[in-house]
Amino acid sequence: MPAGAGLARMLVERNITSFRHGWIALVTGFAEPVFYLFSLGIGIGALVKTVTTDSGAVVSYPQFVAPALLAASAMNGAVFDSTFNVFFKLKYAKLYDAVLATPMGPRDIAVGEISWSLIRGGLYSAAFLVVAVLAGAVGSWWALLALPAAVFIGFAFAALGMFATTFMKSWVHFDYITLAIQPMFLFSATFFPLSTYPEALQWLVRATPLYHGVALERALMLGDVGWGILAHVAYLIVLGGIGVVGTARRLEKLLLS
Amino acid sequence: MTDDSLPDNEILLSATGLTKTFGEFTAVDGIDFAVRKGECFGFLGPNGAGKSSTMRMVGCVSPVTSGELRLFGLDPAGNGPAIRARLGSCPQRDTLDEELTVEENLWIYGRYFGLSRKEVRSRAAELLDFAQLTDRAGDKVEPLSGGMKRRLTIARSLINSPEILLLDEPTTGLDPQARHVLWDRLFRLKRSGVTLVLTTHYMDEAEQLCDRLVVMDHGRIVAEGSPRSLIDEFSTREVLELRFDAEDHKDFAEQVTGIGERVEVLPDRLLVYADDGEQAAAVVHSRGIEPLSSLVRRATLEDVFLHLTGRTLVD
Amino acid sequence: MALTQPQSQPGPGGEGPSRAEHGIRQPLSATERVLAVFTYFLTVYKRTWRGSIIGRFLSPLFFLLAMGIGLGSLVDDRVGGVEGLPYLQFVVPAIVATQTMWVAMGESTYQVLGYIKWNMGYHAMLATPMTVRDVLRGHFLAVAAHLTTATAIFMAVASLFGGFGSVAAVFCLPIAVLTGLAFTTPIFAFTARQEGDNGFNILFRWIVTPLMLFSGTFFPIEQLPGWMQPIAWATPLWHGVEACRAVATGAVVWTPFVGHLLVLAGYAAVGWWLAERSFAKRLVP
Repeated sequence: MPAGAGLARMLVERNITSFRHGWIALVTGFAEPVFYLFSLGIGIGALVKTVTTDSGAVVSYPQFVAPALLAASAMNGAVFDSTFNVFFKLKYAKLYDAVLATPMGPRDIAVGEISWSLIRGGLYSAAFLVVAVLAGAVGSWWALLALPAAVFIGFAFAALGMFATTFMKSWVHFDYITLAIQPMFLFSATFFPLSTYPEALQWLVRATPLYHGVALERALMLGDVGWGILAHVAYLIVLGGIGVVGTARRLEKLLLS
Repeated sequence: MTDDSLPDNEILLSATGLTKTFGEFTAVDGIDFAVRKGECFGFLGPNGAGKSSTMRMVGCVSPVTSGELRLFGLDPAGNGPAIRARLGSCPQRDTLDEELTVEENLWIYGRYFGLSRKEVRSRAAELLDFAQLTDRAGDKVEPLSGGMKRRLTIARSLINSPEILLLDEPTTGLDPQARHVLWDRLFRLKRSGVTLVLTTHYMDEAEQLCDRLVVMDHGRIVAEGSPRSLIDEFSTREVLELRFDAEDHKDFAEQVTGIGERVEVLPDRLLVYADDGEQAAAVVHSRGIEPLSSLVRRATLEDVFLHLTGRTLVD
Repeated sequence: MALTQPQSQPGPGGEGPSRAEHGIRQPLSATERVLAVFTYFLTVYKRTWRGSIIGRFLSPLFFLLAMGIGLGSLVDDRVGGVEGLPYLQFVVPAIVATQTMWVAMGESTYQVLGYIKWNMGYHAMLATPMTVRDVLRGHFLAVAAHLTTATAIFMAVASLFGGFGSVAAVFCLPIAVLTGLAFTTPIFAFTARQEGDNGFNILFRWIVTPLMLFSGTFFPIEQLPGWMQPIAWATPLWHGVEACRAVATGAVVWTPFVGHLLVLAGYAAVGWWLAERSFAKRLVP
């Protein structure tokens, strides 16, 4: 019964139309990483002056923290969109029930929602990059690739988040999302280098998706680029792929029974 | 069982042995029916009779467990999107997009069918007029009244000029005035040639709208025909309703035995089935029985249902 | 079955006839009314505390580990601590205060609007002898109870990590509860004026997060540009952070300390007054 994803763009169109009414939320979504950059960049930056990254480069604290904030905000935006918003549409607004009564299928929904989340996340990331450049936190032309990299991060988390959402039964379960997201935000070599951790914990951190996002963005924005960054990209793409396939399957089971 | 008063037009929708199970539970238990082009076909039954499960299968959003289902000659398995492109679907609960305005709801929904933006706009304008919502076009959906939302849902389901319109309990939860407005709109649709398939647990709605209907109970079809023919077949022409000042109306059932063709006992009243209700009332009186109130009315599908299943439709 | 009227019998307190008897009923005392409301919220919490434990307890713990210990090792390494303290002991009292802001947000936004609008819980209470004032007092009491438990648990855990430099840190508990109330009462007033949850998103993004970042939590506000410091002085969180930090280090200087407490009490009192007004306007217009 599932169709292809040929009509997915119609769902994107629906989300754009809806967003015209709530553009204020779009603007405020970009504020959070900027607040973090200014607060920690200035405040902690004044205390610690410089940081030695895991690849050995000595950089200012704002330069150290800005790429991580870009990665983290790509994650946060994608997760918020694909969990809270999708859950609301799935369980309360019954939006997808209406969609599935048309020629659209579950794959259109999965691809459409995730695409929208990437568009929105991409806008936030672009705005944040501009701020980071103005704040002097960007050290290389490689930073131009930080935007597509942020989209990869968003893709991985949006797909995974939506997959997780299809298993949720009530709002209470969103505490588990918070439980996964918040430690990643705080511990993925975001605010201090990986070398701070004992050896065993370093491996644990390396296994988490946000770490790869942070490492990727940090390499690009500091111009510290090697072939190793492709491993980060591959990790994120595989994760996202699992999420998309899983989401389409689960939606079919949930809505077309 | 076909009704000869209708010409044997093209059959748009047919089911043979249609069954739906959820685990151990059988929601629809091997039903047969056929809907012809241009008619209004109804599923009448109480909550849980299997009407909505049937409608979801017909709407190609729920796979058939067993049996055969054909829409426009196509099998929903494998042709879901192609069939849905020709259907209009008005679900039991409004699934309007509350984040959008009234007209945006129509535009976006039309886009889900792949209609062009231009086409969607001109059709939306017509449908807003049809649904008497033109002056609310730019408003958000949330503050609309229940009747308006229902009309918008119906307008939305018409955006793709469907050949069959599915209506799952179209007027449940609406006040009497809003129901009449809605029935009027559905009449117009039928006159314009749209085939209507609806479920309802209101007998007056079935009588108002349906050319033919099936009565469902426990996932099965228990009777089929036009509203009039079902009443003729399963009920007397009139009904005498008697209320007594009593905790249990059973106690009075014996006293009225022999009056009319049969007596049904409900918790709050007795129903005496007789072709002449006034005469039955006179007999009750002559036996010295003194009810609190007595009322003679014409038999309805409710009586048919009560007779067939021993239960009332709306409890 | 017909409902029977209760026979004349003493009420639970033994002080008069049952209040379920027909005729004039004995009015409830103010304490009875507030406790009735409080008991309701306690009953709800008995069913939901597991879900809120993450926000209540794990979130501040994560911040303690990431900021206090992780970032702390970086800071201590470079400059040997802040204001003469190891970074962990600098930041833990601030997290105690900040946590109360989070709890206040959690208890005063969606939940309150839910009782006003979605499940009509307040309306159900107001259909009984309760007044708007009773409902509000009972609910504030329940939030204060949340604040107390959440803070006490976090402080116990933080002390295991060596987050406090002095035993006097136990006084952080009442100060933190006061800080939490300084947020709770104005947010209640704000929520009672909301129709949907858009306002909450703005509150989270434009008030709660910036306050956490710019109220001297992770670094002294002297590090901020001069024009930003007066903004911090106006916010309740800065006063809560400063007061908690003062007692936690055992270095209380009385003039600013009393000033901090007065500002917090002022926020709570004005918020309370506003909340009563906007609740009355919303619930019994």
